[in-house]
Amino acid sequence: MLAMNYRGPQRVRLDRNKPMPEILHPQDAIVRVTRSCICGSDLHLYNGNVPDTRVGETFGHEFIGVVEEIGSEVHKLKVGDQVIVPFNIACGQCTFCKQELYGNCHEANPMATAVGGIFGYSHIAGGYNGGQAEYVRVPYANVGPMVIPSGMHPDDAVMLTDVVPTGYQAAEMGGIQKGDTVVVFGAGPVGIMAAKCAWLFGAGRVIVFDQEEYRLDFVRKYAQCEAYNFRSIEDPVVFMKKTTDSLGADVCIDAVGAEAAGSKMQTITGRKLLLQAGSATALQWAINSVKKGGIVSVVGVYGPTGNLIPIGNALNKGVTIRGNQASVKRLLPRLIEHVQNGVLDPKALITHHFPLEEVSDAYRIFSDKLDNCIKPVLVPPSAKI
Amino acid sequence: MEDTKKDYSHIKGWGIDADPKNDPTYPMRKRSNDDHGGYNWERPTQQPINVEVLHSIERPNVTAVFGTSKPPHGLSGMMRRFAFTYGEGSFNHWLPLLMADRVDVVEGIIDDLKRGYIPNIFAERGGKAEWKYNRKGMFFKIAVGVAITTATVMLLRGKSDDED
Ligand SMILES: NC(=O)c1ccc[n+]([C@@H]2O[C@H](COP(=O)([O-])OP(=O)(O)OC[C@H]3O[C@@H](n4cnc5c(N)ncnc54)[C@H](O)[C@@H]3O)[C@@H](O)[C@H]2O)c1
Ligand SMILES: [Zn+2]
Ligand SMILES: [Zn+2]
Repeated sequence: MLAMNYRGPQRVRLDRNKPMPEILHPQDAIVRVTRSCICGSDLHLYNGNVPDTRVGETFGHEFIGVVEEIGSEVHKLKVGDQVIVPFNIACGQCTFCKQELYGNCHEANPMATAVGGIFGYSHIAGGYNGGQAEYVRVPYANVGPMVIPSGMHPDDAVMLTDVVPTGYQAAEMGGIQKGDTVVVFGAGPVGIMAAKCAWLFGAGRVIVFDQEEYRLDFVRKYAQCEAYNFRSIEDPVVFMKKTTDSLGADVCIDAVGAEAAGSKMQTITGRKLLLQAGSATALQWAINSVKKGGIVSVVGVYGPTGNLIPIGNALNKGVTIRGNQASVKRLLPRLIEHVQNGVLDPKALITHHFPLEEVSDAYRIFSDKLDNCIKPVLVPPSAKI
Repeated sequence: MEDTKKDYSHIKGWGIDADPKNDPTYPMRKRSNDDHGGYNWERPTQQPINVEVLHSIERPNVTAVFGTSKPPHGLSGMMRRFAFTYGEGSFNHWLPLLMADRVDVVEGIIDDLKRGYIPNIFAERGGKAEWKYNRKGMFFKIAVGVAITTATVMLLRGKSDDED
């Protein structure tokens, strides 16, 4: 089958002869992929910044498809079902799954206890092959996958595997109260969705920061919010204070993660020398611009080693920091409702459809923010929809 | 379980201000007060372990399911095995893994060549897209590359001159 194949930092290609996935566990299903996105999280792998990313892996954790084959213990799905597959692999039985912490399952990733199982996300997240391929093995098929409601557009469905739940949970973890000022760092798909969802929790004001003008233009319209380019602001934290009656925002959301720009010191130590687990510029700004007693919600992803953040300020200001991988399964029912009722329109974020065969160019375009790309989707030739 | 049943009567004031509503993890987490049972839940069927799986020493076993995409191999595999003798909080775990990743890249190129395949690194790096949408950036990268190579060559030359 065709599959994306990682060869090293910033080198990916199409593999034409990857062996077909097989059922390896009675709760496995094999899914034929119909849509598969590239995510900002994939860029951390693409740039070679995530330890234990092995050459030959296939990435891709945001995909939908058709069930082709099921293992002997699978009873919730049947062959032919079209499914949304959450990016987290979760058993549904461990103490964490029971608490609906589906992003933190303890039976899906042998390689690291601090991370759950994620499709196509290196060996730090379980060593699974991902969905940027024609077929993929889906473990725990009774737990994660959900049949796509009839009439739902495949581009909406694929955004429900990660971007929508992550943006929503970013706002939810912010504990937003009515009238709160919410600042979102990052106007990528996740940040855009977080800004949109902040209103659903009653935010009084939503402000977004990024450096890409086309993304700022998009988020201004899509999420009806204020948006600023941090490149044209000398000190984003001072700017934030000035624009919020000098006290700071009630809630700050980091939707950037390890690839952050904006501080030379962070970029050199975090992205070039790998002395820290990515550049923590956005998180640093978030902690420094939140009000005393405020909340910082972190969905931007960082590596496992550690980062330079002003923890002393977090302490002195009494800041609450919350973060997690989105618990997609927990949120799906509510979010499907939002999509069906027109409250959320996720497919509007998709700017590019690439044939899977063009995976190398798709990564370059998304990674370098070329051609006004917001969210790219890969479509395998066998998708037929 | 044990913990929750413990008798704390000897601790004056134990729990008098407990307030389950004050849960900053809500609604992320559905607490059920039976989450102190330790690693004793009924585990899913174990996926047969037919390939080498390195597991964190912070857990006793391999999880019920796991990925089989790329078992450790070659020199990078030896480095990974070494890394997995250390805990997840240790740099002795992460640094060898990062180094193994780089060694793996070289091994990947050797594998390609052995199979008679010359990797098209320009295409793998999305060169076509970059040429189309970001020619200026591409020229800049090339210029930086040339500058670094020239500087290195001059430095090495200088060094060998010194040695002469
Ligand atoms: N927690 C989760 O479950 C989860 C799920 C999906 C994605 N993520 C993470 O969310 C982050 C964003 O993902 P994405 O797909 O939107 O990625 P993206 O790369 O498209 O977007 C990131 C944006 O941040 C901007 N940016 C860079 N530095 C900045 C700074 N200092 N301040 C403000 N903006 C800055 C970039 O210009 C870019 O537009 C990534 O770290 C990704 O790994 C987390
Ligand atoms: Zn993602
Ligand atoms: Zn679990």
